[in-house]
Amino acid sequence: MTALSLPKARRKAKNIFSSPFASAFAWLIAIFWTIPTFGLLVSSIRPEADINSSGWWVFFSEPNVSLDNYAAVLFEGTTTNPPLFQFFFNSLAVTIPAVIFPITLAVFAAYGLAWFEFKGRDFLFFTIFGLQVVPLQLALIPLLQLFSQGLKIGDFTIIPDLEITGTYIPIWIAHTIFGLPLAIFLLHNFLSQIPRELVEAARVDGAGWFKLFSKIILPLSVPAIASFAIFQFLWVWNDLLVGLTFGAGTKDIAPMTVRIAEMVGTRGSGWEVLTAGAFVSMVVPLIVFFALQRYFVRGLLAGSVKG
Amino acid sequence: MNSVGIFAARKTPWEIVADNFSLLAMALLAFGAVVFLVFVLAERTSVKAQEWIKYIVFIAPAVLLLLVGLIYPTIRTLIFSFMDARSENFVGFENYIWAFTIPEIVTVLRNTAIWVVMVPLVSTSIGLAIAYMTDRMKRPGIIKSLIFMPMAISFVGAGVIWKFVYSYEPNDKRPEIGLLSAISKALNGSAPNWLLEIPLNTFLLIIVMIWIQTGFAMVVLAAAMKNIPDEVVEAAMLDGASPVKRFFQVTMPMIRATIVVVLTTITIGTLKVFDIVRTMTGGNFQTNVIANEMYSQAFRQFNFGTGSALAIILFVAIIPIIWYNIRQLRRERTER
Repeated sequence: MTALSLPKARRKAKNIFSSPFASAFAWLIAIFWTIPTFGLLVSSIRPEADINSSGWWVFFSEPNVSLDNYAAVLFEGTTTNPPLFQFFFNSLAVTIPAVIFPITLAVFAAYGLAWFEFKGRDFLFFTIFGLQVVPLQLALIPLLQLFSQGLKIGDFTIIPDLEITGTYIPIWIAHTIFGLPLAIFLLHNFLSQIPRELVEAARVDGAGWFKLFSKIILPLSVPAIASFAIFQFLWVWNDLLVGLTFGAGTKDIAPMTVRIAEMVGTRGSGWEVLTAGAFVSMVVPLIVFFALQRYFVRGLLAGSVKG
Repeated sequence: MNSVGIFAARKTPWEIVADNFSLLAMALLAFGAVVFLVFVLAERTSVKAQEWIKYIVFIAPAVLLLLVGLIYPTIRTLIFSFMDARSENFVGFENYIWAFTIPEIVTVLRNTAIWVVMVPLVSTSIGLAIAYMTDRMKRPGIIKSLIFMPMAISFVGAGVIWKFVYSYEPNDKRPEIGLLSAISKALNGSAPNWLLEIPLNTFLLIIVMIWIQTGFAMVVLAAAMKNIPDEVVEAAMLDGASPVKRFFQVTMPMIRATIVVVLTTITIGTLKVFDIVRTMTGGNFQTNVIANEMYSQAFRQFNFGTGSALAIILFVAIIPIIWYNIRQLRRERTER
């Protein structure tokens, strides 16, 4: 490579590219992009009387801080409308298995698709790739019936009614199914890049397909798994459609998004409750996002057309 | 289940949480135990047996789930879309005729079309501009993080954030608490009730989706720009091309494939989004879109026929993109 001439030219490139006008404009957009979220955050820590009588920007001239909104929204509730902390834990209980299950099954399938030689392999891979973009809406009604009635063809019962409606199990299964295509695609891309020599050397040494997986493939795929895990975590935590369809029936299991959406729709839920509630629902994904942004971006770049 | 329900009403929230987490722990343990057991057993089988066991252990579970949970339901939905509300009698194309003739649903389709045109174009354009402007910046990290941040926020959360921006105070004597209303009042002396204002309200909702998707476009396009060889950029600079000219003649053509990927990804996401509309207007005031109407038809009106037909319309709109993506992937693979 032109190692000698490069640094100089690059320095020059840097100078021209980072024009102050472009920087100022980029900053402007960034600030504009942040103001709505910032306004919500500021409002959530103002006393109720302030929120409803003046705009959040007034906070900077009359800074009254109060955490009462958070206390109220998190811990005050009735039997029909439990406090938000219960929904927070519901969200956790929905999300953790809904991340672990699809990843496990997807690593398996991706390994098979990348390294087993069999007829129809490409067809299967392309089908799974195509399934990534199939709208969830297409599967909702039949899947809901499947969970509540089982699967029968004529009089022949293929899957019995498992009586799992009203538990987390339908939500977990639904998220697992909907997460699989993207997970398999991402992990397949990664696993198929593992050097062939490495795999063949292990095979020659007498490692079976299972040993090969646990001793070589799995340890190597940890970064790819981490990337997808963040993806799936954010997706499940932020999901409303699956939570609403499979979990809205009982408040004992409904995730936080369902509750927040309900609060927005109810008259009488003032901004003091909404701003704090919305922020509670955002805090975990924001932490995950800022702490693990690099992995998240990596997953995003590896291909993402999920919905 | 029912007998438990009576007691459930008296449980405190903490008891419910404790119950849920013990179910969670049990589920995780059971899943882990099954996977572990299957693996240990399969590992001990003979080399010859492993040649077929490997398919059952590794590929079959995922394929089976996709068959039962995605492919079978899609076929069922297709059948339902030709049946009546309770899926008892076949009604031919009635549900589709309904979708394309009832004025409210035509509005829904028109709105969806506006969303699908606006969101990908605007968010990709802004994302492209920011990616280009920050491409060689020394510390673009904070700028990019801030614009990317909405990606981490749920559509519901985003709905609340922007509903607050658009909030409107009907009482003239009280100060506006919504940012947009306050700005409008300062400039014009008055503010409309934003989310009731047709057709402005649809565009106000679209802004929320653009706000979320721009960061995605920016990150993916910025990565593509980083891959443009320095030599190419330098050559253009030596030729004295201005930044604007360089953008259109060097950068854009070099990352065209990525731009298409970003556009199609955002298009698909936009077609399916329903949370924003549901949270902000509930689909009222002529702001409804297919994804939300599908949910209302199926799970509020309990009309599986019309609900399924709308889902199928959504799917048909996406098919060209799936087809294009698969073709693109095929090409990439043969090139490799």
